[in-house]
Amino acid sequence: MASSIRVRAIAGADTTEVQALVQHPMDSGFVKNAKGELIPAHHIETVQFETGGKTVFTALWGPAVSKDPFVKFSFKGGKKGDDLKITWIDNKGATDTTTAKIM
Amino acid sequence: MFISKLPALRTSRRGLLKGAALATVLGASANLLRSVAAFAADAAGWPAEAFKLKSQDDTLKALYGGKTAEASDKVKLDAPEIAENGAVVPISVSTTLPKVTAISVMVAENPNALAASYKIPEGTLPAVSNRLKMAKTSKVIAVVESDGKLYSASKEVKVTVGGCGG
Repeated sequence: MASSIRVRAIAGADTTEVQALVQHPMDSGFVKNAKGELIPAHHIETVQFETGGKTVFTALWGPAVSKDPFVKFSFKGGKKGDDLKITWIDNKGATDTTTAKIM
Repeated sequence: MFISKLPALRTSRRGLLKGAALATVLGASANLLRSVAAFAADAAGWPAEAFKLKSQDDTLKALYGGKTAEASDKVKLDAPEIAENGAVVPISVSTTLPKVTAISVMVAENPNALAASYKIPEGTLPAVSNRLKMAKTSKVIAVVESDGKLYSASKEVKVTVGGCGG
């Protein structure tokens, strides 16, 4: 489980609350390193959450999202044991995906 | 690749082989170039233009095509009065408006106004929490797209330490 994505999805009475934490530097492209050189922008652009073959949430992120980004949202439906698939893509084309079980 | 090319160069009588090896090398480098180009492309559906703009109005234009946002008390923006660390400012947006399709958050004084935008499909609650970077004290603006119209709420957040290497 060396995934960059940590998810907790908890099914409530009629909604499922999802909290996700992604490990990523989210370099804005405005910060200089110790030598005074600009660190090039390196950030996640899209994060997609899918369950039951349907996209329930899409995040479009710019460089102003904090390092190791966190996001929380809820959707209607979803029950214990369902799969929730999370995929992110960054501006260098890197990507990671994980599937979590709704608790 | 290169090892196979060397004997072909030495044995000049096998000119045909040499040509074939060279063609393979060229073909491989062209493939490499193509994959590098694919790497640099933005993720599908990511509004690159909107994320480059400085002003909030231009950003809204790029995201929602010329619609203007109307301030609404039905949009709730939760942000701290004072952020001790501009690199991590917790911001939540929620609304009681119906038929919400998107929620966006902008930070007016950041180099580029748009920080994050979320697509809310039917069945997902119009509420999102995230953490953003703020370069300095600034107005934070939440924009909600509800039934094709834009509604906004804003709040001034004081930043004591900037989030841009300050």
